[in-house]
Amino acid sequence: MSEIVLLRGGVVVDALGERRADVVVVDGTIVAVGPDAAAGRSGTVLDCDGAYVMPGFVDLFTGVGEPADPTAETIATATRAAALAGCTAIVVAVDHADPLDGPAKLHHLRALATDAACAVVPAAALTLGAAGERLVPMAELAALGVRIFGDPHGVEDPTVLRRAMAYAADLGVTVALDPVDPLLAAGGHMHEGAWSSLLGIAGIPAEAEELGVGRALALALRTGVRLHLRHLSTAASIGMVTAARRAGLALTADVTAAHAVLVDGDCADFDPAYKVAPPLRPGADRAAIAEAVRAGAVDALASGHVPVPAIAKDVPFAEAAPGGAMLPFSTSLAFDPIGCSPTGAVTVLADGPARIAGIDERHGGPLLEGRAGNIVVFDPNATWTVGGSAHPSLTDSTPLVGRTLRGRARHTLVDGIAVVIDAEAQR
Amino acid sequence: MKHLLGVRGLDRTELTGLLDLTDSFRAVNARPIPKVPALQGRTVATLFFEDSTRTRLSFETAAKRLSADTLSFSVGTSSVKKGESLKDTARTIEAMGVDAIVVRHSASGAPWQLARWVDAAVVNGGDGWHEHPTQALLDAFTLRSRFGSLDGLRVAIVGDIAHSRVARSNVWALSTLGAEVTLVAPRTLLPPDTGTWPVRVVNDLDAVLPDVDVVYLLRMQFERQGAALVPSLAEYVARFGLTRRRADVLRPDAVVLHPGPMNQGVEIAPEVADDPRCLVLDQVANGVSVRMAVLFRLLGAGPVSDPGGSGDV
Amino acid sequence: MHAPASPEPVSPTPPSGGVFVPRTRVLDAGDVQRAVWRMAHEISERNRGTADVVLVGLASGGVHLAGRLADALCDIDGTRPPTGTLDVAFHRDDIGLRTVMPHGVTDIPVEVTDRVVVLVDDVLFTGRTVRAALDALNDHGRPRAVQLAVMVDRGHRELPIRPDFVGKNLPTRRDEVVRVDGDGVEVGEVQG
Repeated sequence: MSEIVLLRGGVVVDALGERRADVVVVDGTIVAVGPDAAAGRSGTVLDCDGAYVMPGFVDLFTGVGEPADPTAETIATATRAAALAGCTAIVVAVDHADPLDGPAKLHHLRALATDAACAVVPAAALTLGAAGERLVPMAELAALGVRIFGDPHGVEDPTVLRRAMAYAADLGVTVALDPVDPLLAAGGHMHEGAWSSLLGIAGIPAEAEELGVGRALALALRTGVRLHLRHLSTAASIGMVTAARRAGLALTADVTAAHAVLVDGDCADFDPAYKVAPPLRPGADRAAIAEAVRAGAVDALASGHVPVPAIAKDVPFAEAAPGGAMLPFSTSLAFDPIGCSPTGAVTVLADGPARIAGIDERHGGPLLEGRAGNIVVFDPNATWTVGGSAHPSLTDSTPLVGRTLRGRARHTLVDGIAVVIDAEAQR
Repeated sequence: MKHLLGVRGLDRTELTGLLDLTDSFRAVNARPIPKVPALQGRTVATLFFEDSTRTRLSFETAAKRLSADTLSFSVGTSSVKKGESLKDTARTIEAMGVDAIVVRHSASGAPWQLARWVDAAVVNGGDGWHEHPTQALLDAFTLRSRFGSLDGLRVAIVGDIAHSRVARSNVWALSTLGAEVTLVAPRTLLPPDTGTWPVRVVNDLDAVLPDVDVVYLLRMQFERQGAALVPSLAEYVARFGLTRRRADVLRPDAVVLHPGPMNQGVEIAPEVADDPRCLVLDQVANGVSVRMAVLFRLLGAGPVSDPGGSGDV
Repeated sequence: MHAPASPEPVSPTPPSGGVFVPRTRVLDAGDVQRAVWRMAHEISERNRGTADVVLVGLASGGVHLAGRLADALCDIDGTRPPTGTLDVAFHRDDIGLRTVMPHGVTDIPVEVTDRVVVLVDDVLFTGRTVRAALDALNDHGRPRAVQLAVMVDRGHRELPIRPDFVGKNLPTRRDEVVRVDGDGVEVGEVQG
């Protein structure tokens, strides 16, 4: 029996442009794309009227909680939230409590992911235990399919970082870094500036990120490694990345949705829901980040989803753990209020991250006959509110609390199977 | 007014009202029986995560003089468990039936958290580097009692402003009440960005001393030299200490304030501490009256219901 | 007869807000002056002169009246009895039920122990303010006796309190408002 899914009546949007078309998916592969392609066929019909039919989104560095702390999130709940956001794949963030630094942990992660609602792509640490001293068995992990390596919170010793990059360059894998100088950032809890001065909270200066970006770029240039910079948050960082790309560096970068939408002033009531890493920055930086997303100056818009147990937020601001639930909400932000065009959204939510993750054979890319059926039907006009039953993550705290969002994934197909129908998870 | 979390955001009328109420309570405290039944039957809890016997006792005395009952929780007596979340501690206290919680915590913003979790009135007894509203009120009251009004009063706040909740609260209270505030500190001890604050900022103490009416000295902590914030206490004293020589250039009617306890020989020379222009003891004495005013303001004001009209004799 | 020594204060705005709208003037300035004179004579007669008498005006409606009674007693007996002010805000029984703010600072410049204290107020209504005043007075000593002088007794007592010296007995409805000022006594209502 063939599994046939008919996506009827929508507007297909991908790197090739926008066009009214139906999409027919049989046994996980797209077999037809075109106006009335679904006519005369039988199968599961998913209504796409008023919606965009796009390549499924790919989230970079989603926090999944497991195996380190399944109370804050599990792979099942994280991928369900991702699928509800329209993702057909996530790259799992390296957990600083239990970094993936060897084949055993890789196998364990893959075993936990067998029932996931979407594809789960592993990323590995750069150094053993993310301790910043000895390299992980990169070749062995690469042979097992890992394409991205990077320690959470960066590598302090530039000599180690340089050697890791050189080694990775040989293997053609990507080194993903949190560009921050750990000593300058140490002890800070929010952006160092007017608001931190008012609130009496130790700040993280913008220079901490600028130094981290500068150092990473300088080291990458000489080693020739494929470098990805994670979660940029300042206008200066965007400027440095743009200049480096113009100079020909093999460089990609992402920003998180929160940094394009929220500002440090949102911390005014000391609500730890707004404590994230990197910290929310002032309005000028936020505007630069949003513009970079719209203009494609960054390659991907990541969710920034970090599971945090409730007890870690029920404490004063300085003691709270940074992070919060950003799935399933973040993809909507790309449309409103960030204001990406539909093709622009496809670039930063699907094509860009799929290439960075090394999964662009089956995810992202144009919706054409023969390609894998990883598709999202996204309704740009549906409105919904953060919270309540729309909140499948085990992490309650979110900096988007109380917001009304415009735009929502209506259906999500992973390898041709509808895991989300009418904005409800099917598993 | 349901809580007193900070001075920033209170307008001149509200601040003046609290100072006027403090006058009434100062009169009560001057009597042989310094007690009124105003808050009889109410319970005020002090929840101190930082040790501070003086401030805690001041609040408890204030509550008792209003005939309220007091409950005392402090890290010092280990009735506050480290590791128990602030939320659980707050809920436990509230379950015992309290009307107000006075909280002191080393983390900025803790009272705001508390106010989200409990129904009781919350009084900020000092949160991290952020605010110490009753200190600023008693400082303003001390100055108002001495000078009659704070309008145009020239105040210099000297020392580790960056890490001082006393400095922040005083900046808001004094400027709202009309004073002209100047911050005097080396750059390393100033908050990163004071551009929008209603203050002048200088790092030369000698340049401002001859013209000020009030010198407000902050405690200089020993640890700051270890963090490369100042080279040494000796250099701090040389640049910013109120030495005998510096005190001599002050106007004869100028006064010196300090939130206490004083590091004699650091921010203030011992002989200057004994100078009659140093109003530290007045500050302490006024502390109880101010805290009575705050507790009465929060717990004594109910919903304005009115039946019965005026002249309800 | 003495002319009033200081400007007449107006009764405070209604404690719960709103605007006093007068309906009837029940006493004019002359009536009030005659009542003050009569009450002063009654106080002197009852206490056989003013040797041990202290007049304590309740803030703020009774303060001015206490001064006028003291002036009148000075004309009658030759010496002016000491006067003081008592603010009862902190002894009221409705703290927490409504906004209670002090109207003045308590200042009783003489010892009250073994003396006769005459509490003075403009209007006697439920009696709760007088109860609070008796409580507050306790903090200052132990008077030999406490007597109560009011310009208007409007009824509606909620406690067993009765005046010793009354300017005028004035039955009112509970929702009406009585105001005593420089021009006399008015009955009205509060709007808004």
